[in-house]
Amino acid sequence: MSKYLITIGLETHVQLKTNTKMFCGCSLKFGEEPNTNVCPVCLGYPGALPVMNREAVKLTVMSGLMLGCEISRLSTFDRKNYFYPDMSKDYQISQQARPLCLGGGVTIQTPAGPKRVRINHIHLEEDAAKINHYARFSGVDFNRCGTPLMEIVSEPDLSSPDEALAYVQALKQILVYAGVSDCNLEEGNLRCDVNISVRPEGQEQLGTRAEIKNMNTFKGIYAALEYEIARQLATVARGGVIVQETRRWEPDLGETQSMRSKENAHDYRYFPEPDLVPVALASEQIAAWKALLPELPSARRERMVAEYGIPEYDAGVLADAKENADFFEAAVRLCSPGLGKTVSNWFMTEVMRQLSVTGKTISECPLTPAALAELVELVDKRVINGPTAKELSAELFENGGMPGVLVAKRGLGQVSDSGALEGFVEQAIAANAKSVEDYRAGKKAAAGFLVGQVMKLSKGKADPQRVGILVAEKLARLA
Amino acid sequence: MDISTLTICDAAAELRKKTFSSVELTQAVLDAINKKDADLNAYLSVDAEGALLQAEAADAARSAGRDGDLLGIPVAVKDLINVAGQPCTCASKQLVGYVSPYDATVSAKLRQAGVVFAGRTNMDEFAMGSSTENSAFKVTRNPHDLTRVPGGSSGGSAAAVAGGEAIAALGTDTGGSIRQPASFCGCVGLKPSYGRVSRYGVTAFASSLDQVGPMTKTVEDAAVLLQALAGRDAHDGTTPDVPVPDYRAALRGGLKGMKIGLPKEYYIGGADHEVMACVRKAVDACAAAGAEIVEVSLPHTEYAIAVYYIVATAEASANLARFDGVRYGHRTANPGSVFDLYAKSRAEGLGTEVKRRIILGTYVLSSGYYDAYYGRAQKVRTLIRKDFAEAFKTCDALLTPVAPTAAYRIGEACDDPLKMYLGDIFTVPANLAGLCGISVPCGQTAAGLPVGMQLLGPAFGEGSILRAAYAYEQGVRA
Ligand SMILES: [Zn+2]
Repeated sequence: MSKYLITIGLETHVQLKTNTKMFCGCSLKFGEEPNTNVCPVCLGYPGALPVMNREAVKLTVMSGLMLGCEISRLSTFDRKNYFYPDMSKDYQISQQARPLCLGGGVTIQTPAGPKRVRINHIHLEEDAAKINHYARFSGVDFNRCGTPLMEIVSEPDLSSPDEALAYVQALKQILVYAGVSDCNLEEGNLRCDVNISVRPEGQEQLGTRAEIKNMNTFKGIYAALEYEIARQLATVARGGVIVQETRRWEPDLGETQSMRSKENAHDYRYFPEPDLVPVALASEQIAAWKALLPELPSARRERMVAEYGIPEYDAGVLADAKENADFFEAAVRLCSPGLGKTVSNWFMTEVMRQLSVTGKTISECPLTPAALAELVELVDKRVINGPTAKELSAELFENGGMPGVLVAKRGLGQVSDSGALEGFVEQAIAANAKSVEDYRAGKKAAAGFLVGQVMKLSKGKADPQRVGILVAEKLARLA
Repeated sequence: MDISTLTICDAAAELRKKTFSSVELTQAVLDAINKKDADLNAYLSVDAEGALLQAEAADAARSAGRDGDLLGIPVAVKDLINVAGQPCTCASKQLVGYVSPYDATVSAKLRQAGVVFAGRTNMDEFAMGSSTENSAFKVTRNPHDLTRVPGGSSGGSAAAVAGGEAIAALGTDTGGSIRQPASFCGCVGLKPSYGRVSRYGVTAFASSLDQVGPMTKTVEDAAVLLQALAGRDAHDGTTPDVPVPDYRAALRGGLKGMKIGLPKEYYIGGADHEVMACVRKAVDACAAAGAEIVEVSLPHTEYAIAVYYIVATAEASANLARFDGVRYGHRTANPGSVFDLYAKSRAEGLGTEVKRRIILGTYVLSSGYYDAYYGRAQKVRTLIRKDFAEAFKTCDALLTPVAPTAAYRIGEACDDPLKMYLGDIFTVPANLAGLCGISVPCGQTAAGLPVGMQLLGPAFGEGSILRAAYAYEQGVRA
């Protein structure tokens, strides 16, 4: 059997983080009682008219700028006609002829190295209502109807479920970074439709594609693609023909099922939406929005390596989530120069450990960048020692507060005064003659034991480095 | 004196002088409706109780020192404009039982001005028609001859105003639906420029053509009512932020020095000779009053009807999709499936002409036909717009007939939709080009039927046509 190439393109629907709906003033709070965030406009009452939400336009343009798209100076809206109870007007306001953003792309990491996935366009549209099915009837909840939705349409540049997943994850990271969307899959903030086809190697023309809908999780996208690829390959292997159709992923069954064939495809009868004037964007406006853009994760990774001298790996982990990187940078900027690597160590070990134990995000914790910075400084200035700092960090993570205050209040400052330390060293040596013997006999590890005894005597507050030196000096003299 | 026949301005003057109260005026209008509407069928519903309460409130406000041209004036509203708490059937069985949950912007503005919402007027179903015969409920009669139509689609509003059942009324005009019934019934009808008046809350027929406008007894009344309706509305993105002039002040100035254009395409053939005689007499009167008459050309006029019936039906096919029986309005009993629910609810609820236009509009937007019909129509629409822009370089207003005929007999044009469509020839170009237009009475046929003339102005040029119309009207009266 000849080898087959797989071609995948994605249409990613992203709910924009606006306060109100796309064309009316209704709230977008999630999880409200059905049909409470509704008005004549989003319910499609006679005479109601849409009014453009400028914030949705801004967020779409910002997304386009993040993804390297060309921004349309004049963009128009179209009506997409279809009868279904989830669309109150029985047409959806979308963009077909002149979408807001054109071109652009995302770079994903593959085993073969970085790969550029091109974007065809990004357009803005309104979301449909949610239909709930009950035992004997169905109900429509229009709370979601009219939610601003951005559709990012990729070129068919992807060739495996892994790549598709990497693409969606990269998109999600960028959009969350830009503050454009929460991309919360559970709340349906991010949904994908996938176009997929197979063709024998060497064939130029793409195979007949199937469109798959209804994948609401990363796992679902992956599983649906794996299933659909296997289905198509099995079909051609037994000499069958792939038909152009829309299929639906059934997560419970773990398979895709045919929804409608090309012959039964909707004729959406797109035409320009007469109720909305075209969106004209002056170059000054686009520039002003561009100025609001955050750094892309990849650029931030590189900058943090250069600026703080932290390892590539650390920078990558930190930059993965914008709020972690923001926290880290805020802390570093409060520290004396040269402490970047130390702050990073603290964040990557202690803070990240606590985050994974508690399952919280950094913004949900009382620990502040200022507290972490102060902690690092206290250790660096030898005011407290490492073990004390570790204990403190756990406490700060749980309860907040500033480490300096706690150190002063509880007298946790470490003892580095030579007089006091020498006293502890004398005591330790006197009480552990055996260890001194061992040391003389060449068991150098005995010195470490003595250091530990001194730390014990100081109730953990001695500066371990100073103690080490003093113990070494004393033993040398005894020898 | 029957005070129900007063104009807005005369009634307002008497209200100020406390000759009568708004409650008395409103009661007089309600009495007139009771007495005459069995013959005219102008109203679909009358809210006597609500109207009298609003009138009381207006009287109280006046006693408290408030004043206003529309304070306490009863106005009839075409039954497709939402007034909170009132029905809004659009003369369709589809919307029986629907009660408006909100005010259209025009309703809210009039409410603010203290208007009394007396009742809702008959119309062609969803404003589709030119005779009001397409109403699902009743056929409105022309007050000048009860065997004739009042025109349409705002036929109920025109008949109510001309028949002494309303002080003034609101109509809507998508292809002539204010101007043509005004001409048939002998009242004044003004279609504002596209975007001059908010469409929010006005049930849409064709979104790029629809406008709400006044239907009144005099040009001055039209100016007063327009003043209250016009302006940018945050709920309607197609209303630009163009300042609203003082329309009443614009009335004065006279015809002297105005350049009135006669589009030659509107004067060749087609129209009834009695109608043309009245219009030509009006042209002469304008010239006599000092206007300079110039001939202009609008070369793409012959395509206007075709373009109009493509654009309007295409938009209507989407606009009327929402009447599906799911959220409000007529729903079929025991549908077998969701698509059965759509098909049967609409089959039962919508009338023949509405279905005809939905099918037409669906067809012209269909895959494979879009370019040939809708795409091409939009291109010709641009040419029509350019024709007018060119004409308005050399004149302030255009003077034309409103309709090719005076009011015809009920049932006469019903069987031939195409003939009915052709009756819109002089009015649709203004909608396609977004212009303003006013229909002013300019004479009668031998049978005593009113004839109107149309004055067209450039977009947002309402001041010019009001000025010309007012001067003409005053001249005729003098
Ligand atoms: Zn809403």
